[in-house]
Amino acid sequence: MSVEHHEGVHRHPAPTGFIRKYIFSVDHKVIGIQYILLALAAVAVGMVMSLLMRLNLSWPGTSWPILETLFPTGAPGGVMNPEFYLSLVTMHGTIMVFFVLTTAPQGGFGNYFLPIQIGAEDMAFPVLNMMSFWVTLLGFIVILLAIFVEGNQSLGQLFAGLGPSFAGGSGTVGPIGGWTGYAPLSALGKIAGPGQGAGMNLWVISIAIFCVGSLLGALNFITTLLNMRTKGMSLMRMPLTCWAWFTTAVLALLSFPVLLGGGILLLLDRIAGTSFFIPSGLYVSGLLSGSNPNFPLHTGGSPILWQHLFWFFGHPEVYIAILPGMGATSHILATFARKPVFGYRAMVFAIFAIGLLGFFVWGHHMFISGMSPYSAIAFSVLTLSIGVPSAVKTFNWLGTLWGSRIRFTTAMLFALGFVSLFVAGGITGLILGQSSLDLAMHDTYIVTAHFHLVMGVASIFGMFAALYFWFPKMFGRFMNEGLGKIHFWLTFVGVYTIFVPMHIMGIVGMPRRYASFGEYEFLKTLHPLVLLVSVAAIITISAQLIFYFNVFWSIFKGKKASDNPWEATTLEWTTATPPPHDNFAGVLPTVYHGPYEFAVPGAPRDFVMQTDIDTEVPSGNGHNGHKH
Amino acid sequence: MGRVLAVIIWIITLLSVLLFVSGKWWFPTPISEHAPALDRQFMITIVVVGLSFTAAQIGLGWMVWKYRDTGKSGDRAIYTHGSNRLEVLWTVITAFVFIALGVMGQSVWASLRLHDAPPGSYSVEVVAQQFQWNFHYAGKDNKFGRTDPKFIDDSALNFVGLDSSDPSGADDAVTTALAIPVNRPVELRLRSKDVIHNFWVPQLRFKQDLVPGMEIKVHFTANKIGKYELACAELCGQLHFKMKSYMLVLPEEEIQALQGLPQEQFQAKMVELLAKYPLPTYQ
Repeated sequence: MSVEHHEGVHRHPAPTGFIRKYIFSVDHKVIGIQYILLALAAVAVGMVMSLLMRLNLSWPGTSWPILETLFPTGAPGGVMNPEFYLSLVTMHGTIMVFFVLTTAPQGGFGNYFLPIQIGAEDMAFPVLNMMSFWVTLLGFIVILLAIFVEGNQSLGQLFAGLGPSFAGGSGTVGPIGGWTGYAPLSALGKIAGPGQGAGMNLWVISIAIFCVGSLLGALNFITTLLNMRTKGMSLMRMPLTCWAWFTTAVLALLSFPVLLGGGILLLLDRIAGTSFFIPSGLYVSGLLSGSNPNFPLHTGGSPILWQHLFWFFGHPEVYIAILPGMGATSHILATFARKPVFGYRAMVFAIFAIGLLGFFVWGHHMFISGMSPYSAIAFSVLTLSIGVPSAVKTFNWLGTLWGSRIRFTTAMLFALGFVSLFVAGGITGLILGQSSLDLAMHDTYIVTAHFHLVMGVASIFGMFAALYFWFPKMFGRFMNEGLGKIHFWLTFVGVYTIFVPMHIMGIVGMPRRYASFGEYEFLKTLHPLVLLVSVAAIITISAQLIFYFNVFWSIFKGKKASDNPWEATTLEWTTATPPPHDNFAGVLPTVYHGPYEFAVPGAPRDFVMQTDIDTEVPSGNGHNGHKH
Repeated sequence: MGRVLAVIIWIITLLSVLLFVSGKWWFPTPISEHAPALDRQFMITIVVVGLSFTAAQIGLGWMVWKYRDTGKSGDRAIYTHGSNRLEVLWTVITAFVFIALGVMGQSVWASLRLHDAPPGSYSVEVVAQQFQWNFHYAGKDNKFGRTDPKFIDDSALNFVGLDSSDPSGADDAVTTALAIPVNRPVELRLRSKDVIHNFWVPQLRFKQDLVPGMEIKVHFTANKIGKYELACAELCGQLHFKMKSYMLVLPEEEIQALQGLPQEQFQAKMVELLAKYPLPTYQ
């Protein structure tokens, strides 16, 4: 331990036993890797589900014998039934949004690199940090349980003890409600059909648990960043990654409690007979509310209230998923463009503007929900204005590339892919944000296309870039660049082939969450596109096997990496590879420069590290990197 | 590597644009008074979207084509931290374009949603339930019979809960398909018996949720006679994808002939009309 004392640093000795070191670790680096492993497991489940959905949509009625073996009630004769399909939709969305897009970018990379990038020895509250991970993992276990409880008759019966309406075993792979779980479908219980029994209870409980884990994590991120920056690390010298993780944590802190509250109310409606989201006079499956013990009396609830609570969280959640990807992209673009980030200050303001505006636009999910048409107008105009900071970020990324000297590593390719996909996915927000156009567009495939490209694929590209970039620091070995590039080309072309045609389907009017399109004449012409999307999805998903192989192979067999293999500037590259338990081996670094001092005229090398005391850096334009 | 990436980005951009401009798949032919204005606003927006998308991708491709590290020492990137003038310029321009689009995008919405249906509108009560549409017509007296959930009895085919003691319901009819007059404002009173559903006719360019516990009144004017598919566009459970019906847009005299027919005759006439009008043809 160092004799130099830095206030606010909570030291803890390096653990020795295996369990304290790798399982119940309080080291933010180990916790970060645990989050990434969780996301890698969750994304595999989510991808297999999307594969099954595509099989059902493009080859309806085809018998897949393996499905019958695995899910005898969900796919009798190997043919998927509609409730099985809808549970796939629900679980794919839930797992991807919560356990992939919220865990890896923030809990994973943020946990690992935020303390190191600001020059801290650990998070402010290491034990709390450990708890956030284990609580999140518990949430994941509960959501997996929802799959088994609905899929297995005897497991489902376990819950029948709570009352007949709680029995699972509807032969699906989880509840039915989409990731948004609109009430009263999600609130009524088994009377509302398959997928509304025990699995739905577990779905709500899992999300509530997840909220708690994210809240604990957010507190930790905010405290750490505000209190534990090392000497010289002023706010405007922080890497843009740190700004992104910080803003994300603020969004999580303010939005997850609302979902937690909503989730608890929904659970009470389901198990305690309350009526927060269930109005009076419902008549479901041949029974009037209050006329039968299986359907108790409900009165006074509001279905739209759930939507407000859900989307007050749900819209900021979109930015929780993508802001860390934006941060990583800015960071990686500058590093491999060998050029300072263009408009650093504007980038910081843009992140904040996106975060702030993100709280005022949730109503654009609800234009046609029955809420006031006047508020729709306010939400609509605010929504369009959120495109402005998003465009500012894009302009600055292009500005960063202008006059640069690009090194085309796999990490850089994915960062460039992020920019391309963020534009492609984000720009259609101009269509969907208009209340008038939503009359035609709402809940069609153009919505699916839009959010998959921008919050799904672009975010994932940010994470791919981050992993290829930081892997050598985390594991002391490079990921294989050759395999990485094959992975990039297949994925980049693949995701465009999947999601661009979905826009067209939406324009024609194809509704989301349909188990089959065979019922409608107006959708029949779309069959070639449906087929194209499925083939592209199968190829793209298969290509991810290359990625998984690369990750696990490289941990053990990858080419060894030095401390600063990318010739980067920020603090994580000043310490050993992989970093020691306290990150800087007892001596916290002192920072003298902004985060992206590349190509400084007169400097001996084309990069000046933040700790470099010997090199003079001119004060940058629109940048206060030298004011200390 | 950079040049390969540039070319691939440009090819993707070109193919994406071609898919949109090919016209092979597009909106179905509109049949409502507000649809042309909505389609026009969509075209304006998609042109802005397409130009922005294309410009950004061409720009990105250009950067990766042109700027690469040669590995020669001394060959460095331009050293700059940005330009406040450019930041202001592109912020102001995008703010103007995006917010202008946003404001323009309210006009169709405002014309449909900010005021009630005009007098003389043809009213139909729509009562959705899991996987079935029910349409309740007022009959000759133009008065809907009183309904109450406590009278709902699906097995007795009283799907909307008509109160048999109310005389104004005597000439009402309830069917599972919708018939409305052409060129006359139509008011729908939307309700749901169980969960949230959504009324969606692509040719109308019109959607609205049906929310249990609420009666939502919406209006539009259809201006093309024919039969159109009506779909549910809000996840409502197991057979959501099968919750289908038809909307018939009929000449005024056919609507008049329907109006006031007793329940059985009304239904028989609807079956006849549904057979009479073909669906539009799709390419």
